[in-house]
Amino acid sequence: MIAATRSFLVPFIRRPVAAAGLGILVCMTAAAILAPILAPYDPSKIEPISRLLPPNAAHWFGTDQFGRDILSRVIYGARLALLIGVGVVSFALITGVPAGVLSALYPRFGRVMMRLIDVLMSFPALLLALGLIVILGRGVSNAILAIGVVYLTTTSRITYGLTLRLRTETYVEAANSMGAGALWTIRKHVLPNLVSPLLVQASFVFAFAQLSAASLDFLGLGAPPEIPSWGNMLAEGRIFITRAPWLLFFPGFAIAITAFSLNLVGDALRDRLDPRFRNMLNGNRR
Amino acid sequence: MGSYAMHRTAAAVATLAAASVIIFFFIHAIPGDPLYVLLGDSATPDQVDALRTRLGLDQPIVFQYFQWLANVARGDLGTSIFFQAPVTRVIRDGAETSILLASITMIWITLIGVPVGVIAAMRHGSWLDQCLSGVAMLLASIPTFWVGLYLILIFAAWLGWLPSSGYPSIFEQGGLTNLRYLLLPSLALAAPNAALILRLTRASMLDVAREDYIRTARAKGIRPMRVILRHILRNALLAVVSAFGFTFAALISEAVVTETVFALPGIGQLVVQSILRRDYPVIQGIILVTVVLYLAVNLLVDLSYRLLDPRVELS
Repeated sequence: MIAATRSFLVPFIRRPVAAAGLGILVCMTAAAILAPILAPYDPSKIEPISRLLPPNAAHWFGTDQFGRDILSRVIYGARLALLIGVGVVSFALITGVPAGVLSALYPRFGRVMMRLIDVLMSFPALLLALGLIVILGRGVSNAILAIGVVYLTTTSRITYGLTLRLRTETYVEAANSMGAGALWTIRKHVLPNLVSPLLVQASFVFAFAQLSAASLDFLGLGAPPEIPSWGNMLAEGRIFITRAPWLLFFPGFAIAITAFSLNLVGDALRDRLDPRFRNMLNGNRR
Repeated sequence: MGSYAMHRTAAAVATLAAASVIIFFFIHAIPGDPLYVLLGDSATPDQVDALRTRLGLDQPIVFQYFQWLANVARGDLGTSIFFQAPVTRVIRDGAETSILLASITMIWITLIGVPVGVIAAMRHGSWLDQCLSGVAMLLASIPTFWVGLYLILIFAAWLGWLPSSGYPSIFEQGGLTNLRYLLLPSLALAAPNAALILRLTRASMLDVAREDYIRTARAKGIRPMRVILRHILRNALLAVVSAFGFTFAALISEAVVTETVFALPGIGQLVVQSILRRDYPVIQGIILVTVVLYLAVNLLVDLSYRLLDPRVELS
């Protein structure tokens, strides 16, 4: 366990920028968990007297059109960002990994499965998500599901490619020739070797999920308006941009810095991967 | 080449056929009676019955699918609930804006992404390279609509150089000068995609630079600039060409949001408004048209890639 943690941290020690990215993500997670303690105000408290205040000593990030404290809303927004990220990544991994592994091990199943993935991939990402939202309705869990389906496709295809490659490794062939069963091969040889590449994939999916969720929120088709999400803050503050430019700066910056940190971390982890696997991880889409 | 093209085209057609089943069932998957979905909630039972017979919805579902397919083949995508006009016409009205927006954006992506990527690769490992790569990754992480909103604030509201929203057709008064309405949206849309092409160009240049034939070219004494442009760049661009299909899909996704920010009368904004208006036939039509376009672009990319690099084998 200690060895695993150490090998995870190595790429960050050598790359200060990636370490900064990891640090930002840790802070974001802390903000999400400790939001009630960290936030100076109730994020939903309306105070008409202090509408559209620029950043000042009492409100570091200013206030919005209802007099709500933007700093508090940005801190609470981290909760939804984390929820969306963890939700989408879990969904993509739980559905995509079995689909990819089984497709590679059972070619007949794989042909059908990968055709199906091809079909799903013929829909541009946001359009697929929007179509699912139309069917499922607006809401946080539906947004997770809709974005999750988009990244289920890339995750299963990457897993499929990796597993096919792993199957031709000498040690897997040796195990097979000694009569190892399919399940044993999966557990002993395939899954352990998938962990590192899938960790890279997870960090990219986490980043893309942030941007997709922000787009859905911005279009009014994501989280319900009463939830302080970064995307919702941008959607609501939009019309005040000339009167209160700071209104949109902080939530947008929060989205960008989160996605940026995740991309930095993903890149640092990818560069540590076996070079044969590295190029297989470029298939994600926006 | 001939068999490769046939094989690729057949695969694209098969994918489209499967996608068309999903798109057909889209309207049936929406909760509620598809007829009320098509007519709107205010429909009377008489209207519903009339439409049921007219559309053949009393027929078996498989039959309905082929009926729909036959209509689509004839260019009939149904009728918009909101506009009370054929969906094809509604989509055509938004096409000019979206096609021009996408084209101008593609020009930006190529003009910025490729040359800057080449410079970063030439100065590989230097301070300049690290800055450019860092900026590229930052741009790829910023939501397009956020960039768009601040472009509006700076160039439209504060400086007053460019219009903030809308787009009058180039066939109306103003002619080609109306393209200035698309300048800010195309820049916002280009930012993350140019960044991705930059990173791809850089990585691909560095990959090619390690090849044996590059060492040979250098050893022969060919001028360094010529090696970079003729030997490395030409081969590196193959990877960039193959990424254009991927970029096209990203453009469609992001255009939906960008057109909404800039209030452009394009297909992207149309799909969002149709969702809010519950104008399902229009949503279905737009999804179908985009999938056809996307598959066609990918097919073209595949085929041109094969023309550019004959080593590509059928896989």
